[in-house]
Amino acid sequence: MTLDDLREALPDKEWLKSAQNATEITRLFTRADRQLGRDEIAPGWTAGQAGRALLLGGQSPEQIRELYDHGDAAEKLAVLKALPLLPIKDAGVPLLLDALRTNDTRLVAAALGPYARHLDAATWRQGVIKIVFMGVPLAEVEDLDERADAELAQMLRSLADERAAAGREMSADATALLNRLEA
Amino acid sequence: MRIFDPHIHMTSRTTDDYAAMAAHGVKAVVEPAFWLGQPRTNPGSFADYFDSLIGWEPFRAAQYGIRHHATIALNPKEANDPRCRPVLDLLPRYLDKDGVVAVGEIGYDSMSPVEDEVFAAQLALAVEFELPALVHTPHRDKAAGTKRTLDVVKESGIEPGHVLVDHLNEVTVGLVQDSGCWMGFSIYPDTKMSPPRMVDILKERGTERILVNSAADWGKSDPLLTVATAEAMLAAGFTTDDVDKVLWRNPVEFYAQSGKLDLGETTTDATFEGSSILRGGS
Repeated sequence: MTLDDLREALPDKEWLKSAQNATEITRLFTRADRQLGRDEIAPGWTAGQAGRALLLGGQSPEQIRELYDHGDAAEKLAVLKALPLLPIKDAGVPLLLDALRTNDTRLVAAALGPYARHLDAATWRQGVIKIVFMGVPLAEVEDLDERADAELAQMLRSLADERAAAGREMSADATALLNRLEA
Repeated sequence: MRIFDPHIHMTSRTTDDYAAMAAHGVKAVVEPAFWLGQPRTNPGSFADYFDSLIGWEPFRAAQYGIRHHATIALNPKEANDPRCRPVLDLLPRYLDKDGVVAVGEIGYDSMSPVEDEVFAAQLALAVEFELPALVHTPHRDKAAGTKRTLDVVKESGIEPGHVLVDHLNEVTVGLVQDSGCWMGFSIYPDTKMSPPRMVDILKERGTERILVNSAADWGKSDPLLTVATAEAMLAAGFTTDDVDKVLWRNPVEFYAQSGKLDLGETTTDATFEGSSILRGGS
């Protein structure tokens, strides 16, 4: 997915025009879901999220940070989803660290999407274990098989042992990953 | 029976409360910004609190299939602390958010000159952002406070139909009914109103423009007293349609004036292909 794909997919061309001419985007950003709607217009993207990503396209890392910090949960989610499409290299990492500290499964999962390639291994492993703990499917994690290492296997093993001791099971996808890593 | 609690401080309640509310038919709540037990001393504390009202709290409510909206304002008690005054500057960015359906709670606590000023300024914000206003009436000197409240509302130029005057009782309801504002009643275990007294008011006044809430918070309060009031109405001979009007359609009509009330299906089991996320503390 690229910003151009999203621009193409967004049905409301009038809105796009007003977004392109806007000197101040905070209001447009906040109101994007109300103005564009929440229907999916491209795989995994609602119209509101696409609009927000396009607004972020022209912003500096500092401005992006401010929109994230001042955003409600839906705005924060849109920023996290947009990060890999923006020309900001690794400047968005602090936002992922913030999202990983939350208890909102949508934000935690979004923090482990494609932009998580900028996360260091220790932080990434903690994120993966956290979503296993929260019951979010591991399919949400980008590059899981490529990045999963012996240390992640160790952490999954302790979680599995802890669950077994409590008479509970780890999720099937996490167990399958553990089996692959231990094979 | 479907219940909309138009005034409840869920921040101060547990997830057990959400579970009990959902089990008894509560499907939507509005959480007004107000004071906590401990006075705050700087705007940053308010920003984090407001963020929680449009972030974490709606997410937590959604785990139980409950729609959560908020009202945002600087409350009158803390408005009296000059260190909190810059909170007024934070309000515009919050009032524009999707989940914010009114300016509130505003109004009087001690009826100080500062409260006058902050109340009027926030009514002006409600007009500017085309939002309804939720107005708290003071617990001390309530009749005089309610009268003064209605004078300030009138002066502000806001439509009476965009104003909900809350925490009313037998003594103050008449004034508010005559003003054209909406009438809110908070049902409490010991203080404010009780279900039987509420039923008497409904018998006398009818069901137009009347809202019933639990105003449950960190004090002695009970989030199920909306349900108890609905049951008391039925026991007193009101129809299920009357109950639905007072405990669902009236709050929907009032807050829908924001243009932002969203009562679409909530995900009980949240977002990830039916995988349960009913757990915390990760």
